[in-house]
Formats: sequence, structure tokens, C-alpha cells
Amino acid sequence: MRFSFTGEQEEFRTILRRFFEGRSPTTEVRRLMETEAGWDREGWRKLNQELGLTAVAIPEEFGGQGFGCAELAIVCEEMGRALVCAPYFASAVLAANAILNAGTGSQKSALLPGIATGDTVATLAFTETDGRWDAAATTTTATPSGGGYRLDGAKSFVLDGHTADLIVVLARAPGTSGEDGLSFFTVSGDAAGLTRKALKVMDPTRKLARLEFKSVEAKLLGTAGAAAAPFAKTMLWAAVCLANEMAGGADKLREASLDYAKMRMQFGRPIASFQSFKHKAADMLVEVELAKSAAYYAAAAIDESDEDIVAVASLAKACASDTYLQTAIHAIQIHGGIGFTWDNDTQLWFKRAKSSEVFLGDATHHRDVMMRRWAA
Amino acid sequence: MSEVTEASVRAEARAWLKEHWNPELGLVEWRNKLADSGWGVPHWPKQWYGRDLPVGFGAGIEEEFKAIGAIGVAKAGIRTLAAATILAHGTDMHKEKFLRRILTGEDTWCQLFSEPGSGSDLAGAVTRAEFEGNKWVINGQKVWTTSAHHANWALLLARTNWDVPKHKGLSYFILDMHQPAVEVRPLKQMNGHASFNQVFFTDAVIPPEFLVTEVGNGWAVATTTLMHERRGADGLRSWAASSTSKGRAYDEERIEFATTNEPYKWYPQRAGRVDLVLERARATGKLGDLVLRQEIAKLLTMSKAAEWTARRARAAQEQGRPQGPEGSLGKLISSHIARAAGRVHTSITGADAMLTGEDSPMGGVIAEILVSIPATSIAGGTDEIQRNIIAERVLRTPKEPSVDTDKPFRDVPRNIAKK
Ligand SMILES: Cc1cc2nc3c(=O)[nH]c(=O)nc-3n(C[C@H](O)[C@H](O)[C@H](O)COP(=O)(O)OP(=O)(O)OC[C@H]3O[C@@H](n4cnc5c(N)ncnc54)[C@H](O)[C@@H]3O)c2cc1C
Repeated sequence: MRFSFTGEQEEFRTILRRFFEGRSPTTEVRRLMETEAGWDREGWRKLNQELGLTAVAIPEEFGGQGFGCAELAIVCEEMGRALVCAPYFASAVLAANAILNAGTGSQKSALLPGIATGDTVATLAFTETDGRWDAAATTTTATPSGGGYRLDGAKSFVLDGHTADLIVVLARAPGTSGEDGLSFFTVSGDAAGLTRKALKVMDPTRKLARLEFKSVEAKLLGTAGAAAAPFAKTMLWAAVCLANEMAGGADKLREASLDYAKMRMQFGRPIASFQSFKHKAADMLVEVELAKSAAYYAAAAIDESDEDIVAVASLAKACASDTYLQTAIHAIQIHGGIGFTWDNDTQLWFKRAKSSEVFLGDATHHRDVMMRRWAA
Repeated sequence: MSEVTEASVRAEARAWLKEHWNPELGLVEWRNKLADSGWGVPHWPKQWYGRDLPVGFGAGIEEEFKAIGAIGVAKAGIRTLAAATILAHGTDMHKEKFLRRILTGEDTWCQLFSEPGSGSDLAGAVTRAEFEGNKWVINGQKVWTTSAHHANWALLLARTNWDVPKHKGLSYFILDMHQPAVEVRPLKQMNGHASFNQVFFTDAVIPPEFLVTEVGNGWAVATTTLMHERRGADGLRSWAASSTSKGRAYDEERIEFATTNEPYKWYPQRAGRVDLVLERARATGKLGDLVLRQEIAKLLTMSKAAEWTARRARAAQEQGRPQGPEGSLGKLISSHIARAAGRVHTSITGADAMLTGEDSPMGGVIAEILVSIPATSIAGGTDEIQRNIIAERVLRTPKEPSVDTDKPFRDVPRNIAKK
């Protein structure tokens, strides 16, 4: 296992950090978060034209750059740091991986190049109203009709679901249960019978939608009834990318709080000079470094097809869930009254930490997955 | 005279309420009756609207109010701190002028303590009060002032002397908020509410009789206010909800809830709403989740033990014993409870915890808990300050060497440029 980034990876990170510092200052984050879409095409186009970010982990044969999970995770980490408002996680992490893992060769050739350039914004709709993250919870049905299928049901918590051009949907054959009978389908964002509603989200920098399908025309993606395995693989990548994104956010908050504490005077001295602050700051560093190590290790484990990856991915997500939230709680506390205001940026990361804590499953869920692997 | 017992006092209160409570009275009219009879604040002195009864009888008397549906005196917000401070340090004129209107709810108060440059270090205030001719003239800025937009009166801590150590140069005033020289600007909080404000003074005026105690004694008076504020954070306060009963007094109380009490409507949420936990776990079918059950049990243990700690502290106080260390712990414990409750509510709520407003559980109440609890460990003195107080004043650990208490305030390094 690699325990350090290559020179190119470090350079990639440096470029991204500078790019996002310039393009995604919190004034821009706040502007976009107030819109219903949550992102805009113009910024998205630049992100892809200038850096080709959506293409990073898509294989070259499908118009991508052919890098691995480590590079994708670096992008996510840097986006998490800067709270970039873009449909990146939906399109480049969730949808692209679902298509890669499930699609036939010709489907990949048809769908991935558009995603890679950013011209197509895609997402993956799997969770339903009950908020369960496992495939077995799927109740949306796909009924064969003519040469294709018709979808009926509802999906919820769909990342950028109200703005995506292409929606990959997890659905099941009527009468099936558990992991049987599950298939992926692709649906156009403007398909007839599809109602899309933006949900009111606690973290306005990451938009979620509820999608209702009433006999919506859909194309099968990959093999009928065989989506469980590709879905699981997609969720592994997603958990690892999210853990990296969260580690990035936590690290940013930790640094910002430290900077503030060095500057803020009370009792005639910087609050960073109080021993209780120093201990807190040291503990925060320990926690965030642990979360980063777990997130980096998990990304490397994916790239090296480590057989422990299921446990490791969940370990990373659980660790990131706890750490990001705890760091955010500390960050507000360190800022005092100003940390509780709308205008102070700490709250933006706090809310991202809060939503990421449960997105794709909370720490308890992931610890359980890990233990089922390791304690079986 | 027969012996006064809780039972005899409750019987007396019940009889009085039965004779006088009438929901068709105006709210202020009714509360004036409470003030005259002493039943609104029975632990206050007889001379000042009370009955000189032990604090411990309060809960029983409140139950009598509840039983008959009678409305109590106005209690929400800073007005209770104003009353406690005025009772302890005010002149008869202050008591005459302010206490009754505090009880009737006619006056709303705010606390002008924190400043941009001094929060934890309250004694570092730089808002200045200068005596000019026959009045005090105030210049400077306060911040995080809850309810300043509703308040007609304020408790103000300001600097009157820059040449003495910081604690010695402060004075405490009562300020009339209704003057053009006082400007209130709302501040939006991370939970979307705007219950606190920035307050600017440009030659605001205070008549000499509204100085509380003496010049230079502001810190001692402020300590009384803060002690009451922190004691009030021990979790024993029940956040009244407006009733749905019919009658003029109830109608007017509902208006009060929607106006002057409005800034406090999210306060129950910031404490974590432990009361909702079992109900929510049941409603979501998660009561059987073994991991969650343990977390809920831990939260309930902490919350119950905290309640009993607060009761123990109050009981000791009622028996005239000096308050033991238990009394200082309440505020700190309330932060632990709020955070633990946030974790439990998140676990119960799952993916729905990503939502807010009408799309989220209980019409946004759960979401409001999650984005409001960070205030608990900041407002009224941060957790770190509470720990310092517990360690240094209760446990008598050696004091931190101080860099700013022994020199003239003028020479102390601080955030805002010296004037
Ligand atoms: C919802 C809300 C309502 C409020 N209402 C009012 C009001 O009505 N009136 C009013 O006057 N104020 C009010 N406040 C202000 C509140 O009292 C202050 O925010 C609080 O005392 C902290 O001060 P500060 O914000 O300046 O933070 P700072 O004092 O700058 O603190 C920043 C951080 O440094 C830490 N710190 C400071 N000193 C030390 C130390 N010696 N050792 C270790 N750590 C330290 C703090 O604990 C905190 O974590 C309110 C605040 C909130 C959040």
C-alpha cells in the first residue's frame, strides 16, 4: 500500500487548491447556495474546460483521463475544503461509477464521454423515502414495456436530482425482494411522468431532490437483475470519496479556527495562548489527521483492489463522520458568538458536516458494516 | 401564627386564584393583581410584590396556577435578570419604577454586556460612559444583544475609567432604549433566526439616577446578573408554550408570545429537546435499535442527574446553606446534554436529518435543534469560561497568571484600537 502521494498527485492538489481558492470563495458559495439549482452551468463548464475534473477517473477509452480513486479523492477533498457548489459528487462519483460498473461497453461509450466533458450532468437515484442506503430497500419498480421499461415509485435524497440531465435509477422487477431483481436504468431529466422537487436542505451547499416516477420511460443499464454488485462497488467509491471530501472540510475548519484563535484577543492575550485552547487544538489535529489517514488509505485500497476494501471504506466514512462534526462543533465554539452567526463562514462547513454525517449512512451504520466484515 | 407549610401555602394560593383568576381580564390587569397580592413572585420580598416565601414553595404554587389555568407574571428573557439585579442592587426608585412593569410584561429588557472586542472577557468592555454636565453620555457598540429590538430598557456595562485596572473602571447603568442615539441592527444567526442584534450608541444619554450603585462598581453588579443568568441555564426552567384556551388574557398572552417573546422561540431547541427523544424513537420504529437505546439511555441518565443536581443546589440554597459546587455545574452540564441530544436526534432521524423546514420531521423542529445547539455552549458565558470558574472559584485551583488585571486598562492589549 502506498502511504504517500506521488509528486504529480501533490502538484495536482496544489493546482486544485489554488483554483478553488480563486473560483470558490465563500462569497461564491453563498451566492450559489441561495439558488434553487445550487450550481450554475457557467462555473461548471470552467471547472471542466480548464481542469477536466469530471473526467479524472473515467477511463481514457470513454473520454476520461483514466486516473484512479486516489486522484478522484483528491478532487473531492479539495472540493470539500472549498465547499465547491457543483454537481461533481453526483456526476463524477455516483453516476459515472454506476455506469462504469454496470453498463455495457456500448452504453459506456455512449454515456461516459458526455459526463467526462461535463456537458451531461448525471446523478444516481437510489435512496427512497425511508432514507435507507442499502439496495435491498429499493421499492421503485421497473416493468418491461415495448422494447424498454417503465419506472414507478419515488426516490428521495437524490443529489442534484432536480437539475441533472441524466438520472441513473436503481429499481427492481415487480415481485422481487432483497438484492434480487435489481437493475439500473437511465432516465432523462426531462422525461414525461417524472416529477422533480428540490427538497429543503439543512446544508444549502449540497442540494437534494425528491423524484416521483409515474410510468416513466427508462432504458436498462447493463444486465437485468444484476445491479446489486455494481451498486455495491459504486457505494464503495462513493463512501471513500465522501470520506475524503469530509476530511478536506474538517482540515479547512481546523485551520481556520486555529488562525482565528491566534488573532482573537481576550484577557489581554490571544485566545490561542490559553492552555485549554492548545489542548483542544492538538486534539483536533490528531482527529483530523486520523480521518485523513483513513480516507487516503481507503482510496489507495480501492486502487490496489485490497480485499479488505469493504471494511476499510466504511471505517473511513465512520471516522470522517465523527471527526468532521466534532471539528465543526469545536470550530464554532472557538469562534464564540460570531461563530453562531449566519455571516460567519463556519456555519457553512458545520452544515456540510452535519449533512455528510448521515449522507450514505451514518457512523453507526458504517461501523456495523466494518464489524460484519472483521468480526464474522 | 400557624406554621407555614407547603400544603398551607398551596391551599392559600388555590383559594386566592379561585377567587381572582378570570380569563376575561386584560393580561396586564391580571398581572397587576398578581403583583399586588404577591402570588406572582411569592419568593420576592413582601414590600416588592412578593410574599417572602422560600423559593422552594415556588414549584408547588406554579402547579396551582396550572391546575386552574391561570397565567403567571411575565418571565421570558432578560427581564428576570433585570429584576434580580434591581432587587439586589437597585434603589427604591428603581424598584418602584421597574419591578411592577417587569412582572406585568409591559417592559421588555435586554442585556448590553458583550462587545465585539470583549465577550468572555466582559470586563474588557470599551463602550464609554462619560459624565457631562448633569448626565451620562454613552458612546460605543455592543453585540449579540438578544431582544434589543423589542426592549425598552437595558442593563448596560460601560467603562467610566481607563486609568485603573479593567474590573475597577466599569459602571453599571439602566439605559432607556427609546432614544435616537441608540441604534439597533439585527444579526442573523446560523439557525436562520435573528434574535440578537448589534447596538450602537452615539451620545446616548442616561440620567444620573440610573447609575446602579456607584461609579466603578459595575463589575460587582454585573456578576449578580451573570450569576442569575447562569443559574437560569441549569435546565430547570420550563419553556412555557402559549395555551390554546379562550379568553382575553390568553389572547393577549398569545400576542406576547408572537412579539416580545419571539426571540426566545428557538431556545427550547437549543437545549436539545431531550423531551422529544423517546417519542421520536418510537415514531421512527427505532426504539428497539440496541445501539441507539444505549445512547438514549446515556442521554436520559445525564439529563435526569443534571435535573437532580440542580434541585439539590436549589434545596441547599433554600435551607440557607451556601450554594455548594453543584450550583455552578448546571450551565456546563446543559452544553453536554445539548450536544448528546443532537447526536441522538441525528441517529434517530437518519437521512431526514439532511432536511429542514416543512420537508423535515416535526415541521423543522428537529432540524432547528441540530443547528441551534451550538449556542448553548457560548451564550451566557462559554463552556471554557464555566470550566475556569468551576476550577478557580469552586475548586480553588491556583489562578492562571494574569497579564491584564493589574495594570491600567489603557495599557492592556486588545482587539480594538485604543481611543
Ligand atoms: C444566542 C446568543 C445570545 C446571546 N445574548 C447575549 C445578550 O443578550 N447580551 C450579551 O451581552 N451577550 C449575549 N451573547 C454573547 C455571549 O455572552 C458571548 O458570545 C460569549 O460570552 C462569548 O464571547 P465572544 O463571543 O466574544 O467569544 P470569545 O470570548 O472571543 O471566545 C472565543 C473562544 O475563546 C475561548 N476563550 C476565551 N477566553 C478563554 C480563556 N480564558 N480560556 C480558555 N478559552 C477561552 C472561548 O471559550 C471561546 O471558545 C449571546 C450569545 C449567543 C450565542
